[in-house]
Amino acid sequence: MDHILSATFLTGLLAAMMRMATPIIFGTLGEILSERAGVLNLGIEGIMLMGAMSGFLTTLHTGSLWLGVAAAALSGVLLALLMALLTVTLGLSQHVSGLGITLFSTGLAMFIYRLSVGSPVNPPTVTPFTQVALPALSSIPILGEAFFTQYALVYVAFLLIPVLWVLLYRTTWGLAIRTVGENPFAADTVGISVPLVRTLCLAAGGALMGVGGAFLTLAHQNMFLIDVVGGRGWISIAMVIFGNWDPVRGAAGALIFGLLDAFQLRLQALGVDLPFHLFLALPYVLTVVALVGVSRKSSAPAALLKPYRREEKG
Amino acid sequence: MRLVLKKRAPLPPWIRLLVPLGAILVTLLLSAVPILAAGGALWPSYASLFKGAVGTRYNFLETCVKAAPLTFTGLAVAFAFRAKFWNTGAEGQLLAGAIAATAAGVASSNLPPLLALLFVCGAGFLAGGAWAAIPAVLKTKYRVDDVVTSLLLNYVMWHIMGYLLFGPLQMPGSSWPRSAAIAESAHFPILLAKSRFHLGIVLALAAVFVVWFINSKTVFGYQARAVGVNQKAAAFAGIGVKSVILKTALLSGGLAGLAGVGEVAAIHHHLLMDISPGFGYSGIVIAMLGQLHPAGVALSAFFFSGIAVGAQSMSRITGVPTYIADVIQGMALLVMLVALLLTEYRIQAVRD
Amino acid sequence: MPTTVMTERIAVRSPQKSPAVRASFPVKAREQEQVPEPVVEMRAIRKTFLDVVANERVNFSLRPGEICALLGENGAGKTTLMNILFGYYAADEGEILIHGKKVSFASPRDAIACRIGMVHQHFTLVPSQTVLENVVVGSSGGRFFLDMKRAREKLCALQKRFGLAVDPDAPVWTLPIGGQQKVEILKALYRDARILILDEPTAVLAPLETRELFDTLRTLAAEGCSIVFISHKLYEVMEIAHRVVVLAKGVICAERSVSETDERELANLMVGHELAGKTATARKAGAALLSVSRLTVRNDKGLDAVKDLSLDVHSGEVVGLAGVSGNGQMELADALFGLRVPTSGTIVLDGAALPDGNPKSRVDRHMGRIPEDRMTTGLMLDLSVEDNLVMEHHGDFRRSGMLDREAIGDHAEGLMCDFGIKADGRRAPARTLSGGNLQKIILARELSADPKVVVAAQPTRGLDVGAIEYVHGRILEARDRGAATLLISEDLDEIFALSDRIAVLYEGRIMGIADRKYATKEQIGLWMSGIRDVLCA
Repeated sequence: MDHILSATFLTGLLAAMMRMATPIIFGTLGEILSERAGVLNLGIEGIMLMGAMSGFLTTLHTGSLWLGVAAAALSGVLLALLMALLTVTLGLSQHVSGLGITLFSTGLAMFIYRLSVGSPVNPPTVTPFTQVALPALSSIPILGEAFFTQYALVYVAFLLIPVLWVLLYRTTWGLAIRTVGENPFAADTVGISVPLVRTLCLAAGGALMGVGGAFLTLAHQNMFLIDVVGGRGWISIAMVIFGNWDPVRGAAGALIFGLLDAFQLRLQALGVDLPFHLFLALPYVLTVVALVGVSRKSSAPAALLKPYRREEKG
Repeated sequence: MRLVLKKRAPLPPWIRLLVPLGAILVTLLLSAVPILAAGGALWPSYASLFKGAVGTRYNFLETCVKAAPLTFTGLAVAFAFRAKFWNTGAEGQLLAGAIAATAAGVASSNLPPLLALLFVCGAGFLAGGAWAAIPAVLKTKYRVDDVVTSLLLNYVMWHIMGYLLFGPLQMPGSSWPRSAAIAESAHFPILLAKSRFHLGIVLALAAVFVVWFINSKTVFGYQARAVGVNQKAAAFAGIGVKSVILKTALLSGGLAGLAGVGEVAAIHHHLLMDISPGFGYSGIVIAMLGQLHPAGVALSAFFFSGIAVGAQSMSRITGVPTYIADVIQGMALLVMLVALLLTEYRIQAVRD
Repeated sequence: MPTTVMTERIAVRSPQKSPAVRASFPVKAREQEQVPEPVVEMRAIRKTFLDVVANERVNFSLRPGEICALLGENGAGKTTLMNILFGYYAADEGEILIHGKKVSFASPRDAIACRIGMVHQHFTLVPSQTVLENVVVGSSGGRFFLDMKRAREKLCALQKRFGLAVDPDAPVWTLPIGGQQKVEILKALYRDARILILDEPTAVLAPLETRELFDTLRTLAAEGCSIVFISHKLYEVMEIAHRVVVLAKGVICAERSVSETDERELANLMVGHELAGKTATARKAGAALLSVSRLTVRNDKGLDAVKDLSLDVHSGEVVGLAGVSGNGQMELADALFGLRVPTSGTIVLDGAALPDGNPKSRVDRHMGRIPEDRMTTGLMLDLSVEDNLVMEHHGDFRRSGMLDREAIGDHAEGLMCDFGIKADGRRAPARTLSGGNLQKIILARELSADPKVVVAAQPTRGLDVGAIEYVHGRILEARDRGAATLLISEDLDEIFALSDRIAVLYEGRIMGIADRKYATKEQIGLWMSGIRDVLCA
């Protein structure tokens, strides 16, 4: 038990928490943006995988990490636009369309990856992002190394939390987004284009999801594996509910999940005599338990899942 | 310019039968894009796909073999979706069924074949049903979103299986994640010589009939439909919505569990980590393509099985990665959705 | 992005376009002071939904400072016409001129830019947001950050000017229905609306609140606003409007100045015949079949919506429960129907207490239940007519564990005949039926089993005159057979037409109960506003 209390252990744990939480924060923020405008994007799991794949391949071929990130964002936008076409323009079931996007892009990601690299014995790797120590802040004892010696994308994720909060609650766009998600008819009657707002939110959300996926193959690891996302998209959706559709609380949920994930890895490393597969399952189980705790009180955007068509009469 | 949807006058019912066929055709046409991108020549690719799927007796029967688990998971999803229980956890329920079948199969070495088969099937059905009951109870009791929980539980069951295959169920003396073999008495008999056409395929067809019967002939089928169509009105009419959802989940999960039973008892005779290549997720597509109708499910399961089997020979001949099957599957669902929409609306371009 | 296409009309208006102008041509200058140029002109408007014609060759104009009533029964096309003026629907044919300029509205944004505002019957508010947020949404004028300080100042100024008092920081769901309507009006005024359309604004108000609304409208008109007032209540139209346009079956059938018409003529014009004015004949009531005692029910927000309410309904009487929308009617009905669990109190049907939150017990004990929302609660629109007719008693059509389709079919044929349900066969999806026929399905299902107790919530909302008469007839018939009937309605005319006793629900409590014979609309109206009359002996 001494290990757990040591400073190095704590630093390592917190640093890992930040790393584990980052892709989920990207996913959660992206999903919050979509859902606040009234669209549940169940394509998130597939979009993150496409982001992971396209980011990885782009970096593999160009050598540029940031180009990889951009490619991941772009693939996220494209898939989200497909989602928008299905659910916003055509008004199809958000549940089924989202699952369809996930299945489609999962197949596509694996297909393109195979096409591009073939089936070598050792999967190709890239030189991943390295940690950037922020001046001054990183020299704070224990916390400095944990919070301020991180990958650039980690900082981006944490910066995006207040940015999204301000966007939603302090800007005219945010008010428009929230109104579209709560009562699209009201938005329409004050001249806000419901399809436009929903499409933009989906697209921006898709970009965030894609980058979240790219973090996994360009920073967290340095290669693309088929199960690299491993349910992080679904976890993100759970965090949206857990955070009651608020960016700050959703991100807090992601951090808790990251902490759990980091903790179970460390317990395994410490050789605690418990089967590691059950540890792997633990974060998912606890996420379900957390949902049970909050679901009765949670208040989803009122128009979530509801397509909006103007001329519904007749 | 923008696109607007205009409601159509209702189309005759036979159109509904044509919709999936049209969707399949469009999907196959769209598949040309990834095939060409992979450098496959179009005609040989389609030909090898078709030949690989149904071109020979063996291939045709292989397609049937693979269609069995897909039919079970497709039925599981269709039955649940009909009552608007969003069971996206057929994958986990399949694994639960496979695990229980393995445990039962290993333990039934002293049982006569018929009893062993019943024991294995019963165990798999119950395990799958119990696993599906979790999201159903959470949905009805705590209003937890069923999509998210049933998806998350897939991962939980996957890790539980990992634990079991590296622990209690691991074949003694092996270092691989692989269970001991199940008793021979618990094997699904092969029904056609020189093939793998097994009992599970017949069971899948029987399940199609049973689900159709429940849906259209029984009081429960009426109630499940009512709950699916309008939960509030169903409650108003005195239908026990919670109990309907729970029963639906049990049966749905049980069907998915049977998919796992078949894979263990008929194909592998062991439990392996890769016992399912995503049959549970494919079930979602199959259910939608079959318009949630049991017969439609059986047909679209056969179609997807054919694609998956055919993609392997296409890959051997033209070098197109086998993942093309997954791409086609995803595309088929999206195309089907749009096709269904077009039966109710027409799309009009409007100039602003 | 939709854009407004504004084409200048020919500079010199050709006089023969408008008969009024031609007649006054010699004295044009003086006449124009009295009959100023219209601010709105809609010409030859046609609008169809699928193959249903909602508006046909409609010409409509509005002058500055005028309150024009658009009168017509449900489904006459009033709302559709105004939604076209508001840019929400696009007309199939016809043109709109604002201040003499031809405009083409692609969306409400364009109409708002022409200073048109509309208060819809179903409010376009976000309940979880504050009044201020609801008012400012979409009116940024290109700014990115919200400027709540400026918005608040502008809103407060408007409130002072027009006497529309609501707390800007209150979440909208906490406001009473009348307060929410004020927010809607403020929303339009905040966008500098000079042409204000109000769709059935009084339908949800108590008589006193209606007074207040009328004062506001008069102030607005005096300041030069033009107002369209959609209604089907004749006496209100006579009181507030300067001019009445009567719409029937999508066509304008008459136009009158209020000073040269009366209610009788308008009624004739509206429905094509004089209203029968059928009223129930009072009957001797028997034993109490429905007894509600000390019932407390919470709403979705967890607040008490029905408070310690007690009420008896006797065999052979209709008790009308009047009240302004949102005073606990929905929660009371839900509790009676078994859809909502009360926090305390009992509901006794013919001597036996009904278990809380159990719709099945109501079905088993044959309570006739007509829910407020027939589309979402009373019916399953995706199922067939016959399936809807056995929604509650499908268990009775069981033969060796299976549904007896034949018996269900026979049952449906019988009821469709008895209740005159017009449908494309018993297998037709309920979705394809008209509102009146849908309500007949519910009546057939609920009243054919000869219920001892009937609870009807807003049974005629949204129906046309013919269907309303039919529903009323059936309810009275059930009463005459001895049913104890509780009629929950926001329509005071309906309450007076059907009830033997009238009770008023205000903030979850019964304000008073009066015998219909002695009740006056004034007294009931006071109760609806929460004012207890002290004079009553």
